[in-house]
Amino acid sequence: MSDELIGIIASILLQASPLIIAVCGETLTERVGVVNLSLDGSMLLSAMTGFIAAYKTGNLAFGFLMAAAVGAFFALIVALASIRLRQSQVAVGFVLTLLGDDLSAFLGQNFTRLPGPTVQKLAIPGLADIPILGPILFQQNLIVYFAILLTFATWWWLFKSRPGLRLRSVGERPEAAFARGVDVNRVRYLYTLIGGGLVGVAGAAYSLGVKIGWSEGHTRGLGWIALAIVIFGGWSPIRGALGAILFGATKALATVLQRTFPEVSVVAFNALPWLLMILVLLVVSSDITDRLIALSPRPMQRPLRRLLKVSPPKALGTELVEG
Amino acid sequence: MRVELNNIRKSFGSVHANDGISMTLESGRVYGLLGQNGAGKSTLMKILAGYQSADSGEIRLNETLTQFDSPAAALRAGIGMLYQDPLDFPPFSVLENFQLGRREGIFLDQKTASRELLALGKRYNFDVDLDERISNLSPGERQQLELIRLLAGGANVLILDEPTTGISSEQKQQLFDSIRKLAREENKTVILVSHKLSEVQELCDHVFVLREGQLAGKSEIPCPMDKLVKLMFAKMPPRSKRPAYKFGQAVLDVRDLHVETYRLRTENLNFSVRAGEVLGLAGLEGSGQDLLIKALAGLLTPKSGEVLLRGEDITRRPFHQRQRAGIAYVASGRLEEGLIADLSLVEHMVLSTEKPGFLVNWERAGEATQDRIAKYQVVGQPASRAKQLSGGNQQRFLFAMLKPALKLILMEHPTRGLDIRSANWIWDLLNKRRDEDTAIIFYSADLDEVIERSDRIAAFSGGVMSRMVNAAETSVDELGHLIGGQQ
Repeated sequence: MSDELIGIIASILLQASPLIIAVCGETLTERVGVVNLSLDGSMLLSAMTGFIAAYKTGNLAFGFLMAAAVGAFFALIVALASIRLRQSQVAVGFVLTLLGDDLSAFLGQNFTRLPGPTVQKLAIPGLADIPILGPILFQQNLIVYFAILLTFATWWWLFKSRPGLRLRSVGERPEAAFARGVDVNRVRYLYTLIGGGLVGVAGAAYSLGVKIGWSEGHTRGLGWIALAIVIFGGWSPIRGALGAILFGATKALATVLQRTFPEVSVVAFNALPWLLMILVLLVVSSDITDRLIALSPRPMQRPLRRLLKVSPPKALGTELVEG
Repeated sequence: MRVELNNIRKSFGSVHANDGISMTLESGRVYGLLGQNGAGKSTLMKILAGYQSADSGEIRLNETLTQFDSPAAALRAGIGMLYQDPLDFPPFSVLENFQLGRREGIFLDQKTASRELLALGKRYNFDVDLDERISNLSPGERQQLELIRLLAGGANVLILDEPTTGISSEQKQQLFDSIRKLAREENKTVILVSHKLSEVQELCDHVFVLREGQLAGKSEIPCPMDKLVKLMFAKMPPRSKRPAYKFGQAVLDVRDLHVETYRLRTENLNFSVRAGEVLGLAGLEGSGQDLLIKALAGLLTPKSGEVLLRGEDITRRPFHQRQRAGIAYVASGRLEEGLIADLSLVEHMVLSTEKPGFLVNWERAGEATQDRIAKYQVVGQPASRAKQLSGGNQQRFLFAMLKPALKLILMEHPTRGLDIRSANWIWDLLNKRRDEDTAIIFYSADLDEVIERSDRIAAFSGGVMSRMVNAAETSVDELGHLIGGQQ
């Protein structure tokens, strides 16, 4: 494999990492039945906050911490409005998106285009020297390692741990979860806050490690992309992470294609990832998939169905009724 | 476990759902809890199972005074409730569903849980496939699984809420066998909440009958059917003093109609209704009368059979075509199906009466609405929103929107929530429509209303429609037998 290709793949992974972190966070939130639609705004605001906090103190960890706090604060507003005040999650999320966008532009206007602290590359001794895999996976920065670990940790928590089972039960059928002794509201607050905090970390991961620095609208659009990938990933962190990487890959492909066909507008190629996503969603939800699964060998059917057929948490986005 | 309920009271607003109910239940027995809709059965059981708390009164388990603040706490104390629609999680696997709500800790102990679940399945004669998803199970299997979960959670008292709705007769037998076994061999206390007299007779040792929030009586089983019916329905209501009416020709012919939903099916329906006739459908809620009305209205597609309106086959006609053909439908859910909560009365009137066209003559519509409001004595303005009206006025307004000159009116609970004066008044208006050769078919949870207002009555029980009886000559005993499923 050529060094250039390895370089491209490594860069796709780096670019996808903040997205993966945001997708894991939002997946946790949506799995308890809450839609935090403010992602785009809270990522912008936390990217700005994270950058300024790290720039002023010279402490990267402090930057990430402040960014997480901003993300969690936005999530808290969504949670309070929907759980306590019974307001529409969609409306509150939308308004927060707009607020975060404008607030980040206003508060960050004196800090644009400054050189700031950066998360450095950290090669993992031993593993970094493996051919091909080494440069792709183990010569990255901490953000990439964190994203990969977070993906598997979130998956394990959701599907293999007891708190994860309770978490999913709340998003699926809150009244039944209550009957099993789960404190529905507490679980909802908890994971909405954790999810929001991760979204904040994702914002700072951009401004401190991937697209370094701050400028107005620095991460604009990425929050919406993360929300779409959560759905695309069927509310599973591993599928979501793959979706984020696939998204990055098609973007890279678009750049290559654009170089090959300079007469076609770059805007057209930018639409490529979305077309691909819609196609995948259609294929997965169609009858053809059902029939193909039915044709496969019997022991394969169940795992295949589990992989391909997903449905959103039943209580997702519904008006929350206190238990 | 011995359960004592002492003087349980619970009110919702001005309604006394439970008005001082006391009963004692011994272990090793199966108890039936009977009563009409709204008699207070579910409220009482929800209080016992920790879903609601009583306003006053006490619960004693084995002599110890107990209080629960949640269903989970009730289960820890040994009381488990099986809902008609089991409280499980359709996308979860059988094992996950079983594990949820068990011991605390971060790790899921799959080995122990699977071993336990498989052993329980074996003990209660139920095939468990640990990896199957709950959504792929039948309602009966989900019920069995939930029962097993409650037992594993330590339930000594089992409350079963209408457990036989929507399961096959084979599954019903299996369920009844397990219930008997649980009572006889494992000394559990079982409470069967039911509408169905025959099931109570078949399974229970004792029965409690509730009526209007109070304990109307109790009895050993077996016990004569008419005694239970009398306890449930109290006295024979007065017959309506309507002038005799000479019925016209058949308006509606139903032939071999078969209607089915996933819960219930009703078939072999054969009858005619003549012009000016009122047919009342008796039976406990959800026994099939609702399916018939919805099928006649065009809201459910029958599996087979024919419906003829004045000789014309309308079996496959959709709802709106039937309305144009002269069938009106007054739904039981006023704000759910009948009215649109946020629209004004004028807007309703326009929706239901205006001719097709792009522009609305609001002035004329306002006047028309005002006329109807006056005629039907609705307390409200043309500009009032539907949700601002009281329940009784909403009902009056539903009737105000009925078109003149209808062939057939279909009604569900036509006077629910109305006081006697308003109910009489609505029925007077309905009776006047006989002169226009309108036939009426309705059902009501209020047996008195059915007897009082109908010309003929048919009862539904578990999807089976009884023979027709003449309302002027029938007795509560006779109807009780029909409602209980005996011909």
